[in-house]
Amino acid sequence: MFAATSLNRRSYRNQAVAKAVFGLMTVALVIPVLVILGALIVRGGPAISWEFLFTPPVNGMTEGGILPALIGTIWLVVVALIASVPIGIAAALYLSEYAPDNFLTRTINLAIINLAGVPSIVHALFGVGAFVLFFRFGTSILAASLTLAVMTLPVVIVATRESLQAVPQAFREACWNMGATRWQTIRKVVLPNSVSGILTGVILEVSRAAGETAPIMFTGAAAYLMFLPQSVFDQTMAMSLHLYVIATQQPSVPEEIPYGVALVLISIVLLMNAISIAFRVYLRGLKKW
Amino acid sequence: MSHPRDRTGVMDRRDLAWYADRCAQVLIFAGGISAIVFIIGIFVFVTREGLGFVFGPLDLGQFFSSIEWRPTSDNPGYGALALMVGTLSVTGLAMLFSVPLSLGAALYIGEFAKGKTREALKILVEMLAAIPSVVWGFVGMSIMNPLIIQVFDVPVGLSALNAGIILGLMAAPIMTTIAEDALKAVPDSYREAAEALGATRWEVILKVVIPASKNGLVAAVLLGVGRGFGETMAVLMATGHSINIPTSPFDGVRALTATIASELGDTATGSPHYGSLFTLGIFLFVVTFLINLTADLVVKGIRKK
Repeated sequence: MFAATSLNRRSYRNQAVAKAVFGLMTVALVIPVLVILGALIVRGGPAISWEFLFTPPVNGMTEGGILPALIGTIWLVVVALIASVPIGIAAALYLSEYAPDNFLTRTINLAIINLAGVPSIVHALFGVGAFVLFFRFGTSILAASLTLAVMTLPVVIVATRESLQAVPQAFREACWNMGATRWQTIRKVVLPNSVSGILTGVILEVSRAAGETAPIMFTGAAAYLMFLPQSVFDQTMAMSLHLYVIATQQPSVPEEIPYGVALVLISIVLLMNAISIAFRVYLRGLKKW
Repeated sequence: MSHPRDRTGVMDRRDLAWYADRCAQVLIFAGGISAIVFIIGIFVFVTREGLGFVFGPLDLGQFFSSIEWRPTSDNPGYGALALMVGTLSVTGLAMLFSVPLSLGAALYIGEFAKGKTREALKILVEMLAAIPSVVWGFVGMSIMNPLIIQVFDVPVGLSALNAGIILGLMAAPIMTTIAEDALKAVPDSYREAAEALGATRWEVILKVVIPASKNGLVAAVLLGVGRGFGETMAVLMATGHSINIPTSPFDGVRALTATIASELGDTATGSPHYGSLFTLGIFLFVVTFLINLTADLVVKGIRKK
């Protein structure tokens, strides 16, 4: 028979202690999410109504709703997607389907990591220097969205590259053997088999772009506007900047309004994330290979 | 698909599909190098706006050693030391608790947790990463602020400590995710070999998994530091935004990023103040670039071995 020696017992006790400590550490990290969500729902919930969502702010933003900010955020995100999704998919296609393992490819990968790591306020400075001033878009939805597009490009590239690489190599080889060109293979075989994974990345990008504040502050988002934007050359209000403005610049705003704005903003972002996660789980179950 | 032949009867493959393929290749290549183009673009355009200041009023000695940041006064000073100390103190405080918690969470999620618990924890960590930075800043102002005043009995709760806690929570998901990837990259055969020798799971982790994934864990911490260093809105809203060399965690500080965010709107394009903010931007870009480069080289280190 094997009897546990004192050394064995100590080993197992250490293991139990380690497991408990790491478990507690994990809980300590995830509890704040639940606390923050709870606080926002409890304090911001009462502010939410159809009227809050669908009327403009009035009386120096101390009353009324958030309609222009909501619509502005939709403008910004949609224009950013139009700009970044094609570039992001092309970049991912290059890395997954064409790129040889050479210096250029390593540099591209490093650039993607850095693009994701550059501080958001530096992206804002880039947006001002490049889009607002150099390309003369002025402070406009176009300038702000392009800044967001550059900033969130890595999200699309990384997600797309992953889903392209998940397509088995045999699929491509079968297609090449039929005499198809690389592009025909990509269009008829690789993209159709990875389109849902790409969509996951795009949804994730929506969530990132909708929440950003710093990159749009000086490139196209305004604290308060009387009018809704009519074209991409107009300025606009945005949810994230609206929260910043009423939380820091307007002392007389009743407490539930910023909580309500924060709740709507975080709901949009988390909803997008939830869709993306659900999509991913669903796809994993669907994989035929 | 028709293949036009020339007079010698040799097949000329330049049909429509061939041209489409060539076009696609060019466009995809252009997209492929876009990340490089944008990184260079960021450096060029931020530098372009800052140049007038760098070759004009900038005094490097003053920039790095003076705490007098008063760009709007009649006798302007551009000493960024207090701002750098502000950024460092907040990032330092954040890392102090965030690094152990994140690595612990990565070990738990990667090595101990199973099935549903594991999935649930991963989703919660992702949710932590999804919260926008302006919401974090708002949480710092409206939830953490009264909490710190109450718990520590201090007059003001907007401080390095407040921003440090917020920033730690913000940087945790990236560290947890990258660290977990590093743990996952350790081959199972290593674990099995150690277990066959009678090691408990904890002994396997301590003696085999951690040493084998050391570089990945270091890279995870570096990326977390980079994240904290560059965070803007949360730090702007939660630090108190006062120019100050802090003597305790309860002092207000001001960060480099927050300075740009709060002052750029009030400057005239091309003025020295405007240029000085872009110069802070160049500094931030270079530092985060170096942090990311180091993290990348550290990770490459494992692959070479």
